[in-house]
Amino acid sequence: MMENPFQRLGRFTLEAMQKLGRANFFMAHVLLGSVDLLLRPRLLISQMFFVGVMSVLIVAVSGLFVGMVLGLQGYNVLSDFGAEQTLGVMVAASLVRELGPVVTALLFSGRAGSALTAEIGLMKTTEQLAGMEMMAVDPLRRVVAPRFFAGVASMPLLAALFSMVGVMGGYFVGVGLLGVDDGAFWSQMVAKIDFYDDIVNGVIKSAVFGVVVTWIAVYEGYDAVPTAEGVSRATTRSVVYSAFAVLGWDFVLTAMMFGDH
Amino acid sequence: MTVSLSDDQVLVAIRDLVFFHGERKIFDGVDLRFQKGKVTAIMGPSGTGKTTLLKLIGGQLRPHRGRILVDGCDVHRLRATELYELRKRMGMLFQSGALLTDLSVFENVAFPLREHTRLPEPVIRKLVLMKLHAVGLRGARDLMPSQLSGGMARRVALARAIALDPMMILYDEPFTGQDPISMGVLVKLIRDLNRELGLTSIVVSHDVKETLTIADYVYLISGGKVVGEGTPETIAHSDSPWIRQFVHGDADGPVPFHYPAPDYRADLMAAGLGGSR
Ligand SMILES: Nc1ncnc2c1ncn2[C@@H]1O[C@H](COP(=O)(O)OP(=O)(O)OP(=O)(O)O)[C@@H](O)[C@H]1O
Ligand SMILES: [Mg+2]
Repeated sequence: MMENPFQRLGRFTLEAMQKLGRANFFMAHVLLGSVDLLLRPRLLISQMFFVGVMSVLIVAVSGLFVGMVLGLQGYNVLSDFGAEQTLGVMVAASLVRELGPVVTALLFSGRAGSALTAEIGLMKTTEQLAGMEMMAVDPLRRVVAPRFFAGVASMPLLAALFSMVGVMGGYFVGVGLLGVDDGAFWSQMVAKIDFYDDIVNGVIKSAVFGVVVTWIAVYEGYDAVPTAEGVSRATTRSVVYSAFAVLGWDFVLTAMMFGDH
Repeated sequence: MTVSLSDDQVLVAIRDLVFFHGERKIFDGVDLRFQKGKVTAIMGPSGTGKTTLLKLIGGQLRPHRGRILVDGCDVHRLRATELYELRKRMGMLFQSGALLTDLSVFENVAFPLREHTRLPEPVIRKLVLMKLHAVGLRGARDLMPSQLSGGMARRVALARAIALDPMMILYDEPFTGQDPISMGVLVKLIRDLNRELGLTSIVVSHDVKETLTIADYVYLISGGKVVGEGTPETIAHSDSPWIRQFVHGDADGPVPFHYPAPDYRADLMAAGLGGSR
């Protein structure tokens, strides 16, 4: 059966909309199921370990290198204007506003999101989710909700860790290797970084990315075609869609937060 | 051949069931009744929809026509919470076992108890060990599902299905992959559960001999229809060509061995002419 391009576009749009609708129902159901977690915090804590703690190393190491690169690049540009004293401001602002949330979200999706998708997809493939349903246990509450909230809670903390280690990296390169004044590096940073404009906005961004990435990850797993190939495709989609969603939302949020300056 | 039963003797009643998987009609107006406290077997060739039937009874699939009543409730009209309440009283043994792979054997059997009861730990331990003992796997409690053989996994799944002492158990192929000894134990276990606890059992199987020894009533399904029913004696001595073929395992007869397909010769010739796959 042949389709003309218009038919294909129409079908594609309809399918995308249907998927979005299902994903919203899914999320509403998961949110309703979150009440159980208050009664059983251990479920959440064990998932925070797998989703959050296991991502600490990759986030910290990446943060260090990004901070060091920022130190080098920033010094090159700023020293042309004799403004290397403001290196601390530049490093911290880039990290807290942009790179911390965005790069952490991308790393998080590759490290934790893909694992969540594969795990849930495989549980579906091996009928573990259906088995739970027949035992009158709602897999959305028992399996998906703890993983979702663990991801949502972990992302801002990981992004904060990324920024913190990144500032240390920038300090190490700028002050340690390139000779920027130690006092100026910190005092300029403290003076120029605004609590609301920079830090709060950065935290909001990382929280939004946490919701987006984890939502995509758990939904793709739950919606996976229950075969080996289906799970592998779902895992790929989880990472790709997360990257698009994070970068797209980053633009929207940045425009809303910093657009009127 | 049909026995007439008053409604309070029937735990599960299926009326005029029609169900499609995609384009393919799996059930075409099937009527079945499962009596309380009895073992009812469903037999039929591979791929006729026996697993599908159990999923319909459990409310995991929705019929396209007809009704399924379990203990007087229409499974597909219940609200989600009511369906879950009903499922607590149903145990289901999946064909694949469906054990939770990140939990040990002990925790798998304890899972429904932990989810649905507030029993103290020592009681849970006792219950779990009793259920595992019944299936001969008390010693395997610390193994992970990946360390079990297929037959062992099936028995752990059975222990889990009876953990909550349900009113009814749906067994999907309980005997496949069992050696003669554990097969004998399982046959006895299903019988005993049924006799002593008054459980209603629905057994899906193609092991004719074992099934006929434990069943009180047998349905034979093929091609989306009930092609035979009766007590094991009537089934074993039936003259119906459908039943005879299935019970004796003859290759020729009315029961199709092949998934629906075009004519064999025409299919082979078409390949030679560069036709479709
Ligand atoms: N998810 C599905 N989508 C489409 N068709 C399906 C699906 N599941 C099963 N079928 C089809 O439905 C038919 C019945 O499947 P089912 O698993 O119920 O058979 P069965 O009687 O349990 O067979 P077996 O004895 O081999 O376990 C099969 O022919 C299969 O091709
Ligand atoms: Mg089957």
